[in-house]
Amino acid sequence: MTNFDTAKSAPYAHAANSVGRTMGLVMLALVPATLFDFWLFGWPAICLFAITVGACVGIEALCLRLAGKEVGFHLVDGSALLTGWLLAMSLPPWAPWWTGFVGAVIAIGITKQAYGGLGQNLFNPAMVARVALLVSFPVVMTTWVAPHPLFSPGAPGLADGLAITLGAGVPDAMTSATPLGHVKTELSRGVSVLQSALHLPELSDRALGLRAGSLGETSALLILAGGLLLIALRVISWHIPLALIAGLVLPAALAHQIDPARHAGALFHLLSGATFLGAFFIATDYVTSPTTPAGKLVFGAGCGLLTWIIRSFAGYPEGMAFAVLLMNALTPIIDQYTRPRVFGRARSGQPLVFTGKVDEGGQP
Amino acid sequence: MKIFDIPGGVHPVYRKELASEQPIRPLPPPPRLYIPLQQHVGALSVPIVAVGSHVSKGQVLCVRQGTLSATQHAPTSGTVVAIESVTAPHASGLAQDTIVIEADGRDAWAELPEPIDDPLAADPQQIIDRVAGSGIVGLGGAIFPAAVKLGMGKQYKLDTLLLNGAECEPYLTCDDRVMREHADEVIDGARIMAHALGVRRILIGVEGNKPQAIAALERAAAGDAGITVVPVPVRYPVGYAQHLTRIVTGRETPAEHRNAEVGVVTHNVATARAVHHAVRFGRPLISRIVTVTGGAIRQPSNLEVAIGALVSALVDACGGFSCEPRQLVLGGPMMGQPLPGLEVPIVKGSAGILALSADEVVEARERPCIRCGSCVSVCPCGLSPMDMAALIRKDKLDAAAKLFVGDCIGCGSCSWACPSHIPLVQYFNYANGVLAEQERQRRKNERVRTLAEAHALRVESLERAKKEARAAKLGDKTETPA
Repeated sequence: MTNFDTAKSAPYAHAANSVGRTMGLVMLALVPATLFDFWLFGWPAICLFAITVGACVGIEALCLRLAGKEVGFHLVDGSALLTGWLLAMSLPPWAPWWTGFVGAVIAIGITKQAYGGLGQNLFNPAMVARVALLVSFPVVMTTWVAPHPLFSPGAPGLADGLAITLGAGVPDAMTSATPLGHVKTELSRGVSVLQSALHLPELSDRALGLRAGSLGETSALLILAGGLLLIALRVISWHIPLALIAGLVLPAALAHQIDPARHAGALFHLLSGATFLGAFFIATDYVTSPTTPAGKLVFGAGCGLLTWIIRSFAGYPEGMAFAVLLMNALTPIIDQYTRPRVFGRARSGQPLVFTGKVDEGGQP
Repeated sequence: MKIFDIPGGVHPVYRKELASEQPIRPLPPPPRLYIPLQQHVGALSVPIVAVGSHVSKGQVLCVRQGTLSATQHAPTSGTVVAIESVTAPHASGLAQDTIVIEADGRDAWAELPEPIDDPLAADPQQIIDRVAGSGIVGLGGAIFPAAVKLGMGKQYKLDTLLLNGAECEPYLTCDDRVMREHADEVIDGARIMAHALGVRRILIGVEGNKPQAIAALERAAAGDAGITVVPVPVRYPVGYAQHLTRIVTGRETPAEHRNAEVGVVTHNVATARAVHHAVRFGRPLISRIVTVTGGAIRQPSNLEVAIGALVSALVDACGGFSCEPRQLVLGGPMMGQPLPGLEVPIVKGSAGILALSADEVVEARERPCIRCGSCVSVCPCGLSPMDMAALIRKDKLDAAAKLFVGDCIGCGSCSWACPSHIPLVQYFNYANGVLAEQERQRRKNERVRTLAEAHALRVESLERAKKEARAAKLGDKTETPA
């Protein structure tokens, strides 16, 4: 008798998806914005990106090895690469090399692998790293430069770019504030938002990214396009992005109506900072966000609202990273309370009681 | 007709086109047939034939034991050559008691029960008895004795017979062919069943991807206002009885209850045809339609096969293998059983034999869960597969039970959708097996305790009675004047 394999049980069919494919699609969606930002901020940004991504992958490999796991098998899932990518996009583009390296240690080593590796971390690795760096090295992490497009006059070449990344730092003359930072600083000096907004780059420039900021903050429209691609490909659902944006712009619009001198408007919040990066790429991280549509709406709205509160009332100009981390902490409890209703049961878990009419012996 | 929605569901590649255009082809009874005593849910049937005795086609081989059981009949004429352990059509490859018949080649019928004249006016019990005596079980794969379901009108208020022609399992086309080629018999069987149940409304749920079957049924039921053919969305697992009920009637069966609770009894279309044969011609269930298909089958077919024929005979009748099959499956690819080999018999519940080639079987190593939530969104029961699996992995079965792992229907949608290739449904089948065993043990312990307590009470009252009797005696003595 021929013996066939009975070790594998049903189902024998499978959807055409995999962890690697998911991570790959997210990175694909980041490519246009990343390339544009490389052009915008030139060689220092490219060098920092390479160092950050390389460090994340290297530390992932090291941790996998220390944990006695199969390094190659897990490394190809692409998750460390993606974390590095997102971390690099949240750093000041001309920041020194060690921010990327220290960030990688915090993101991969501490936030992800120390908790058990892929799928086990409670907090978004890239955001923990960004926040830890921001709190520990506030000056470096808030030294922004105005765009210096590749090959444009005054832009650093490869050698100069490498030098900036490897330690020379940002020449003072080149620094510039982000729109969020500018408005906040002016506000603290008693200059109203209405006044300070006059000195911001044009709205179209801000949307396109021709302004100071991290890689992920500039090129808002390209990030948005990538995010919409992810929704179209069903990699992410619309719930978190939409709820996050609503949670941010609705209070912003309301506050702006009430006190325009104190609060910037909805469009300013939408196109400034990491709104789109956060809404489509950060808050939607599977591991650290709720799983059901209802849970995602609560989570997204919470991220948006907290971002607006931090931007408007706290000491930091941008609050996306903090907001996401705070909501990450709530994910387990949101999941707990937003489970789907079980088929045949009431929300309480009790079996349904059939109250419909059974038309016994009646006409069909 | 209004269609209602169910949660979740998936769209696997159906590959029904491999066999769907192949008309049903009878497979001549092979020289040897293997009839397991257990081909149904319930108690084992008991053999009433001895080794060496000659049997005719349709003769009773073993009778049902109690109500929840099914009778087995000889699929052809011949001699009983053994009653022995034979490998069961099951992943375990374990053996079970089986009657082996050597065919005499004459295929001669036994004397069959008389057809029931005008069954639509007959006493429902007569129909139920006939269905029970004909060994009919649910042919959709549930193998639940059909007579038991037909008798549910006595315990439940019913108004609808729902015929299940959804056939949502990929690859399988046997129900599709039965509906296309024998729509008249299906409709007649349905009318008889509805009469037995005492209901006037017959709904037939068919996945919208079977337009010919829908047209054939509508033709056969033309002019009968009591019968409605309902095309249902093409989405696995719409053919699960509770879910099909919800889709076509909007009634949601309470958990832990039967469909009859909401006034609906479901039967497979092929079961209806078997009822037609049993009632109109006295013919017992001795054959069924089996779809033999898959990338490794040279000529995918729908065969009418004698119960007890070996899988190898079916594969041979389909031109054998065109390439080395990677996986042999009894049933469909979503819920089927892996088969250890070809030398196992077809039983009443065998709807399909799949020989899947290497490129049809997705084999990927399991990766960690990334909490993407795909399993939650596709679960047709509204469960949280990833949380339940995480608990079961840590052996916290009670916690998984609190998340209602017991409500899992084992459809495999979660496993199908998981990007990390975690065999989720396998965890739930395991957990439900262990939990059922624990429940059995708990009941047993409870019974033992009740018995022990009753015994203690008896002993105690006996002691007391003795003591009282002694005291009374003593009292008598003291009262006796000296």
